[in-house]
Amino acid sequence: DFDERCAQCSEVNWGLTDGGRFYCRSCHNVTERTREVVNTDFISNTRVQTISKRLRKQEKTDGGCEWYVCEGFQLVLKKQAEALEALGVCPQMKDEILCNFWRRYLQKSKQAYCNRPAGETVKALSVCDSSTDVDSEAERCSLLYSSLSESEGDLQTDCSFASSTSKVSESTSVCSGSVDGSLYLMKNQKEKLRMTMPMTLSFCYMALLWLREPMTLSDLLRFVVEGHVPYLNVFRHFPEKMKLCGLDLKIFCVESWPVYGEVYNKMLELAAFLDLPRFPDITDSCFLHPDMLCMKYLMEANLPDELHNWTCRVVKKICIGETNFLTLVPGNKSTRNVKYDVLAAAVIVVVLKLLFLLDDHYEWLLSDFAEERNKNNKEGCPYFEFKKWYKVIKCSLDVEQKKLDEERAKCLWRCEKPLFYSAQKKSKVLKRRQMVENLQNQFGKLSGSVRPAEKPNPSSFQLRWSEENTDGSCFHGHSLKGILQEKCGLLTAMNPDYWLCTVKLCTEKVCGHVAHYREVDFPQSYHFVLRLFSFLLRIQPSHIHDEVCVIEHKLFDKRLCKKPKYNTGLRK
Amino acid sequence: SSHEHKFNFKKSKEMCLSYIQDAVLQKQWKKAAEFLTFYTESLEKDFSREYMGPSEIIWRIGTEILCHHSHNTMKEFNSFIEQMKTLGVKRYLKVCLEHAFRLLCNGLIDEAYQNLSLAESWRFGERTAIQDKEMKLIQAYRGLLDYYSWSKQKNILLEHGQDGFEDLSVEQEMHSCFRKAAVNLKEIITIPGVWDLFVKCYVDLLEFYGDHDEARQVLNDYAYNSKFPANPNAHVYLYQFLKRHGESKKSLISALKILHDIVPSHELMIDFNTMLQKSKKRRNRRLGLEVIFAALDYAGWKENVKAWSCLARQVKHTVISEKHLDWIKQEWNSRKDWWPAFHFSHYLAKRNWQENESLSYEKALVAGILLGKDCKYFKYVSHQGCKAQVKRARILKKFVNKHNHVYLRMSG
Repeated sequence: DFDERCAQCSEVNWGLTDGGRFYCRSCHNVTERTREVVNTDFISNTRVQTISKRLRKQEKTDGGCEWYVCEGFQLVLKKQAEALEALGVCPQMKDEILCNFWRRYLQKSKQAYCNRPAGETVKALSVCDSSTDVDSEAERCSLLYSSLSESEGDLQTDCSFASSTSKVSESTSVCSGSVDGSLYLMKNQKEKLRMTMPMTLSFCYMALLWLREPMTLSDLLRFVVEGHVPYLNVFRHFPEKMKLCGLDLKIFCVESWPVYGEVYNKMLELAAFLDLPRFPDITDSCFLHPDMLCMKYLMEANLPDELHNWTCRVVKKICIGETNFLTLVPGNKSTRNVKYDVLAAAVIVVVLKLLFLLDDHYEWLLSDFAEERNKNNKEGCPYFEFKKWYKVIKCSLDVEQKKLDEERAKCLWRCEKPLFYSAQKKSKVLKRRQMVENLQNQFGKLSGSVRPAEKPNPSSFQLRWSEENTDGSCFHGHSLKGILQEKCGLLTAMNPDYWLCTVKLCTEKVCGHVAHYREVDFPQSYHFVLRLFSFLLRIQPSHIHDEVCVIEHKLFDKRLCKKPKYNTGLRK
Repeated sequence: SSHEHKFNFKKSKEMCLSYIQDAVLQKQWKKAAEFLTFYTESLEKDFSREYMGPSEIIWRIGTEILCHHSHNTMKEFNSFIEQMKTLGVKRYLKVCLEHAFRLLCNGLIDEAYQNLSLAESWRFGERTAIQDKEMKLIQAYRGLLDYYSWSKQKNILLEHGQDGFEDLSVEQEMHSCFRKAAVNLKEIITIPGVWDLFVKCYVDLLEFYGDHDEARQVLNDYAYNSKFPANPNAHVYLYQFLKRHGESKKSLISALKILHDIVPSHELMIDFNTMLQKSKKRRNRRLGLEVIFAALDYAGWKENVKAWSCLARQVKHTVISEKHLDWIKQEWNSRKDWWPAFHFSHYLAKRNWQENESLSYEKALVAGILLGKDCKYFKYVSHQGCKAQVKRARILKKFVNKHNHVYLRMSG
């Protein structure tokens, strides 16, 4: 806040000129001081906004204020970061990492960029370009803001508004609540990597990855769907004055849940766009390292801890535990980018295939042997019985899947804050909303139960198994002895065979997939295992299948290169 | 690609709808109500031009749930329907009409009448062809309710009349109801369709006020107008009217002939056959035989004593007169392959004898003539009857034995 007294008239009544300098409103004395301090809790900074008379009028008539689309997104990101913090992510994520990524994005996408005289810090924020290009789109200027924790005095920005051409401002006031909503949706924005709602999650994930937080992308997306991270109807959190209407709806209103693949790919694009350097190393002490994630998933899938030795062996053999493999290097197209959760799940699937074959025959055979042995020998660790495990998991999985399906069917997409495309539609929209609420009330009463508004408690584990359960439904401590044998001092699987999911990998660039999964083409046990991880990660079984194919080809690489023709059924 | 499995608003509502449908089919009204609660917000996105959009779905399913759910009251139902009426101009009349039906089903006749009147006076821009039809239906049902009021007033008057009271106001009201009803009922029955109830009521009104000509015209039109769908009841109504007014046998027969053509198994076929048997005209008697045989082709008549007695009587007369045996032969020709198993099996003989002796005697006579004295059915029944020393059985036996040559002639 600039509260010096005016040199000429001693008043404290400052405004900002086009050039971003303070001027005294009483005597119109222009100073040399330029100052820009706004915090990200968006408030209508009237001082900064009173540039042209035209804009001032607009502000007063509809009770709203001018706001730009990227300001909206900034708010969204802030809310998401806060939510993640509440989930246990370290505060650095919000205050430093995400913030900086966002700023960098704004710079790179020219929604705000640095135009400073020499000697400024990198953190300095942007200014706008006040060129007005009447022929094509008018270039707009936007307000910029400092970080949340930055102290005053560090930032010196030279902020100015360009007054928009009258044509554009007229049309935008009809088509969107935001100033640049219509421009935002225009096609030639593609080169600048236009911001979208799914992309906010890409930002979040990128920040989480940078910090190597123990949250995978599938965890993040699940938290979003469960409502722990704002996404649907996030505009609820916008302040009253930020009116949303018209085209803003297309930008901020979400009508579908984010898809893993989309968010992930956007994240890669974003990392490259921002010219980020190599991300912090993912080492074997990181949560995202396959050894760690496999441990977690093995626990969740109620599989014996002993399997972990095997997953580590596979990881080591195909070198996917290497730091260079796991760490993200933006823009490097030669390396295959790693989806940590999918990778870990796929490793477990491969291990299960190695040990149990999963051809709808051998695994049951092994299970029968184990069962016999367990019947006759009640002491010590029970041998792991595939059949028992299958029954327990299937039961839980069916129950959870059913719950999930019902929740999806009961998903409410609208909220009490109604949105309308234009002022003419407003009354109709409000009437409909009222009717919907009446009906919800009426039928809600008849349904006999109060609609549970509570979200499930956020948790990293969806399935929990305790060894304290006396019913024997926890398999963590079970032994794999029944399916292993010792050869030359090494433990190997009794199973001598293996079948490849696919003999030849497809080129991802051509059809987007490495393999094409159809349930009918594969054994039911294999499908069951895919289904289990598909549920845990909330992705399609085919994605896991793809990863399994890649791992298998790495694992059996030498043999595949030797012989040109292969049938399923390969000796190890 | 990832797009196929995108879980979005549309998919989510489709899932929700399938849960609702399952619940409704299994009559789990609480569950249906629960999921409908989550479905209602699709009204906010009702841009669909689909055949059945969210508005219609919510109206129809909501109605089912409210009507079946134990905790629901008519008052709540009414408030729900009023909301549904605002959901779309095109649907307004339809919703009003169905609302009226529901009210009638619940015995709320006055409310139904009010609703129909209100709907009748509704005006909104241009009406589509469908809405025209709906409006006509609304007027027709209102007319029906007017008839119902008229009927009540009439009964009151009759009671009072008996008691010696006169009631001018009731009489006036009655006449006014008549006028209102007549206009609307007359209107609707001019449109090709099935209007049984409306026709009956209208004819009732006309008959009461003595306009028999108009009544006959209406019934004739209803039965014979080719634009109207074939409707057995139309002919029944006409026949009943003609009978009531003592019309000639000729007109009665012509009315029933068409009924025989459309519904050979109609219950009036017995009356028809009786009438035809008595006729002096040969072709009518021939028709009578055809009619009764045709009726007995249907399983529902298998154990109908009256029908069998008609056939038996006609067969008997024909055999005794020795004339027109070829008629029987003609009728029997297409039936000889399957009637024996259908009507005259040994099993049926036993069963009929146990359950209904009269039936078995009638059938036995027919069987004896058509299949000869050695046929299973006849033998069993006559044997049983003679064992019991029943006179009728002896007569039967004698008759069939005497006329066995008829069988021999026919089967030759």
